[in-house]
Amino acid sequence: MNTIELRNHSYQIRENIIRMVANAKSGHPGGSLSSADILCVLYLEIMDITINNVDSQNRDRFVLSKGHASPLLYATLFEAGILKEDLMSFRKINSKLQGHPNMNYVAGVDMTTGSLGQGISCAVGMALANKIDGNDHRIYTLLGDGECEEGEVWEAAMSAAHYHLDNLCAIVDFNSLQIDGCIKDVMNPTPIDEKFKAFGWNVITIDGHNYEDIRSAFQKAQTLKDKPTLILAHTIKGKGVSFMENNAAWHGSAPNDEQLEMAIRELKGERK
Amino acid sequence: MSNMATRTAYGIALAQLVQEREDIIVLDADLTKSTKTCDAKAMRPLQHFNMGIAESNMIGVAAGLAASNKVVYASSFAMFLAGRAYEQIRNSVCYPNLNVNICATHAGISVGEDGASHQCIEDIALMRVIPNMRVFSPCDEIQTKAIIREVADIEGPCYVRLGRGDVEAVYDQSSTHVLGKGNILQKGEKIVIFATGLMVQETQKAARLLKEKGIILTIVDIHCIKPIDEELIVKMANEHEIVVSCEEHSVIGGLGSAIAEVLVKKACKKMVMIGMQDCFGESGTPASLLEKYHLDAASICKQIENLWNE
Repeated sequence: MNTIELRNHSYQIRENIIRMVANAKSGHPGGSLSSADILCVLYLEIMDITINNVDSQNRDRFVLSKGHASPLLYATLFEAGILKEDLMSFRKINSKLQGHPNMNYVAGVDMTTGSLGQGISCAVGMALANKIDGNDHRIYTLLGDGECEEGEVWEAAMSAAHYHLDNLCAIVDFNSLQIDGCIKDVMNPTPIDEKFKAFGWNVITIDGHNYEDIRSAFQKAQTLKDKPTLILAHTIKGKGVSFMENNAAWHGSAPNDEQLEMAIRELKGERK
Repeated sequence: MSNMATRTAYGIALAQLVQEREDIIVLDADLTKSTKTCDAKAMRPLQHFNMGIAESNMIGVAAGLAASNKVVYASSFAMFLAGRAYEQIRNSVCYPNLNVNICATHAGISVGEDGASHQCIEDIALMRVIPNMRVFSPCDEIQTKAIIREVADIEGPCYVRLGRGDVEAVYDQSSTHVLGKGNILQKGEKIVIFATGLMVQETQKAARLLKEKGIILTIVDIHCIKPIDEELIVKMANEHEIVVSCEEHSVIGGLGSAIAEVLVKKACKKMVMIGMQDCFGESGTPASLLEKYHLDAASICKQIENLWNE
């Protein structure tokens, strides 16, 4: 896929994230926008998931460990032609699009997540199952940088290296912000790369908004044997909407009608 | 029948199961010799994974395996599963309704000398409050082996509460076991005792002492605390004047509470709850602990006698 096509897809994903959160009047736009380029490349170029194999275990799978970025997951599955639900039902009563993803409601949501730190453990279990079964498909999981403050992340990191799960690729969305402010002020989890290295992982550091960087990191991870791989993606929280960028206040708040309009206008501008 | 700890029966049953089914995966957290999953590991090493002293991650890994069509048995002490990994059990296993069987050993004060930090007397309460979770509390070898086999085929999560010490057999090979149904072990009048786990044996011992005094009560073994056998509880309540619950667990939230929840809706009766009276245990031999906390046969006997003579 060329850069223009990817940009169009990630524009569409971002527009849907903003519309879903605005319509629900709640949700998490900041950390959804920061990971949008990563998930766009992952679902449209890297993972072998389509509407035709979505119900099978015989495909790559993805765990959204930072489950609050559910608008991103739904918008990406929609963009990949896998999700057919009305995105505007997000967070509404009787909706399959829960505030945090539920694997039993949506085909293509591979794990129920939301409580931080738990998704990566589940991804380790899935990678272990694939090893047991001789299934060559890969397991991907996306974590927040603030999420790395959870002790369970490091228990999971230890176990993935211990069992040589080279079929596991974790991505940390390093946008430097969490709800209460800068990660370095709240509870500094850095250096995340050195920590994962010390836990026995390969680490690749990238610009999380550069498609070529993202693509080559995933491709390289596929070739690395014996160890799991971490992709540390430097990103901008709220990427694409100037008033949301680098602002922790947009971690978990919804734009009003006026802000929605401004946001869409800006995204359209960037698309050109 | 020889005396055997329910954890030992678990180890034997699981070692058999892993040989029969390749889809069964066993996880443990550095306690394989204590939980007895070492037996399964010896039989099928490729189906057993030690996750180290990291119970929260172990439960998450169990969820990921179950989401990949494995049937998982995850073991550690009750304290570190129902306690430490509570939220992983709630959110990663029960909410997505995955096939993870949490087999927790060393439950209750009969852990003994290790003391209160290791005596989990809250696990039934913690586990039964979670939607989708089933809670089993077998009393002896035969019952444990049956339950361990049966939970393999139950869709969704199960919690199996197992003990450390050897216990006498309540059942033999000819006993009929129906999963989820209470068993009437003795028929009497006026008082019905519902007991679970090793309190079944203590209650039976108490009944023998009471018989000498001319008191014959009814004893029901409740091996499945959730979903509880409502029909039998209501029937027994209607046939007796006083209902007694007996468990090696806090009287708050456990078997007694589960029974009381049925009774207030369907058959109000005077009720007495024998169990840990909202306090922590301590170090000591299991027998001395049961005695001190009024859970031994002599204490049960005395409490029943008082009720009988009221």
